[in-house]
Amino acid sequence: MRKSDGFLLFIGASLVLLAFILIQAGYVAQGDFALLRQKAQVVKNLGLTDLCLSTEARYTRHPSQADGHTARQSHPLALDHFPSGSIIGPPEILQKLHD
Amino acid sequence: MIELQHLRKVFNAGWPNEYVAIHDLNLEIAAHQVTVLTGPSGSGKTTVLSLLGCMARPTAGRIMLGEREITSLPERFLTQIRRTTFGFIFQQFNLIRGITVLENVMLPAYPLGEPLGGLKKRALNLLDLLNLASKAAAKVEWLSGGEAQRTAIARALVNNPGVIIADEPTAHLDTGLSREFLDIMRDFKGQGKTILIASHDPMVHDSEIVDRVVRMRDGRIIDAGVF
Amino acid sequence: MIKAIDKQRYILDFTLSSLWRRKGKNLALVLVYTLVVFILGSVMFFTQALKNEAAVVLRGSPEIIVQKIVAGRHDLIPVSYGSRIGKIRGVNAVKARFWGYYYDPVAKANYTLMVPEDLPLKDQEIVVGAGISRVRRVFRGNSIVFRTYDGKPATFFLKGILSPESELLSSDLILISAPGFASLFGIPPDRATDLTVQVANKKEIPTIAAKIVDALPDTRAITREEILRTYDAVFDWRGGIMIAILAGAVLAFLIFAWDKAAGLSAEEKREIGILKAIGWETADVLQMKFWEGLVISLSSFFLGIILAYFHIFYASATLFEPVLKGWSVLYPHFNLTPFISGYQIAILFFITVIPYTVATIIPSWRAATIDPDAVMRT
Repeated sequence: MRKSDGFLLFIGASLVLLAFILIQAGYVAQGDFALLRQKAQVVKNLGLTDLCLSTEARYTRHPSQADGHTARQSHPLALDHFPSGSIIGPPEILQKLHD
Repeated sequence: MIELQHLRKVFNAGWPNEYVAIHDLNLEIAAHQVTVLTGPSGSGKTTVLSLLGCMARPTAGRIMLGEREITSLPERFLTQIRRTTFGFIFQQFNLIRGITVLENVMLPAYPLGEPLGGLKKRALNLLDLLNLASKAAAKVEWLSGGEAQRTAIARALVNNPGVIIADEPTAHLDTGLSREFLDIMRDFKGQGKTILIASHDPMVHDSEIVDRVVRMRDGRIIDAGVF
Repeated sequence: MIKAIDKQRYILDFTLSSLWRRKGKNLALVLVYTLVVFILGSVMFFTQALKNEAAVVLRGSPEIIVQKIVAGRHDLIPVSYGSRIGKIRGVNAVKARFWGYYYDPVAKANYTLMVPEDLPLKDQEIVVGAGISRVRRVFRGNSIVFRTYDGKPATFFLKGILSPESELLSSDLILISAPGFASLFGIPPDRATDLTVQVANKKEIPTIAAKIVDALPDTRAITREEILRTYDAVFDWRGGIMIAILAGAVLAFLIFAWDKAAGLSAEEKREIGILKAIGWETADVLQMKFWEGLVISLSSFFLGIILAYFHIFYASATLFEPVLKGWSVLYPHFNLTPFISGYQIAILFFITVIPYTVATIIPSWRAATIDPDAVMRT
């Protein structure tokens, strides 16, 4: 097989795989709708407000309920010492308050 | 027939290292013959070959290919002509390292986009002609001097050019291989090709296949050698 | 047309041979490049999927939550505030919510405790999330001992475990009865953690929230809208690690592009000269350089993005776990629902493939236009 044929085959296969992934993702997402509705029901029943992404600190476990100041711990210049705090920023409403 | 009219080539014009390689050169190259340009280094042989082979443009003067003037053609057409009319064999062979002999030979034909089957056949035939068929899949770094030169010759011929131009072809070859080279050139002359060789090797310009020897010195022709 | 295609195939043949000659360097390049695409793709898929999940699932969260603020901190709210709120026009119901955190020294993990509205639990019964069951190795019927606020041990019995499918919501959750909650945390009987408010007309939520804060100036009202928007901002690119990752990726690309843009090596220039001398036009040489850039970037792009997909949706984003988990012990096992769009992939394509391909062509321009004559003289 020519080298160029080999490469084009690889790209073709990748494209097909990617297309397949996209389509399959669509189906999986649809299939998950029932599950998501179930979860929404759990949220409603229990009155939950946040996803359990991190159990490190209060403001990363319940970012939507976080205090106005927790994002900056004890004082405005305090560094974040929980790794997950670097990913989960303060909720938008607090950013607005402090602008 | 190829005609050079009042050809002049200046390198680095306007700079302190300005150098006039050819002064007002007039030359007619007969078709189907073997013409040799000879002279010491710096005489301008390589420059003439280079201009003829459409690798550079002259500073002044004209080059006629048959009835057609090629000096003022845009690069595109110049390259097309170079591809189909001239086959160049460089002094240093200038093969591309790291790829096979066959690929090197086929390279000049790539931009023409012909089907692989035909091209490959033609290339293998050429290699066969030059006793290189067994080395088709070898990487060029592993070739001996003679094999490398024959690869360079095969490459020069893959587009079936009418004119073969060789620059100091025997510079890196021993007597035996030099003789082989001249034999190959005899065969091509027999096929009707025009051959132009630049060489200061007496073995070449004294060879019986040569129809005309042109002597050059300091960018001028000192002996047109017309018989 | 066929000729044109054949010509490109030839040029591609030569490009691949050319790349294969410097096998080691080019394979390393593809590897690093793939890694960059993999990281960027993983981040993109992960954040998109999470945001979408949050947007769908948290739609059922309370409409308004009222917190009491003391000296800038969230404090326990008097249950009596509820009747004041109930009097506001448009409010259907006000309920007290009891929830809090418990640090378990045995597992060194944080749990969220909550008194559920509709689940009847006996005083010492609890229902725990799947994560807790994992971490403490407790199952239905087992008992677990906690320490109350005044240092005494309190035993609770597991009535059940919350479903593993809901781990993203409930992994660290403990559902407990009201008396159980009170005994554990010792909060005064007239206080609650916060109040939830249900309104008659959803469009009135912001107005009512404003009225609540007006009537009770020491409170703060969080609306459902704000909760949903919190998760829109999660993994915001301004967050620390996001910037670190982005900066790293940008830096990597700059290095690649620099390597290419800094000009061709002498060897490369020589080869271009030879190609021109044997009959390749400037355009042909540039097409070869284009393929050179495309082969590397396209291969890396596809490899990276396909690996990223499998990483996030089939391997539960294991590489992000250390960051999200941080120092915590409890981490939910979850399988994200794939919410990916062609748009995301297109963006990733444009920011990874195009710059590199362009960076390969541009420095070749000059070399590609030189007269092949120079090659004769080397």
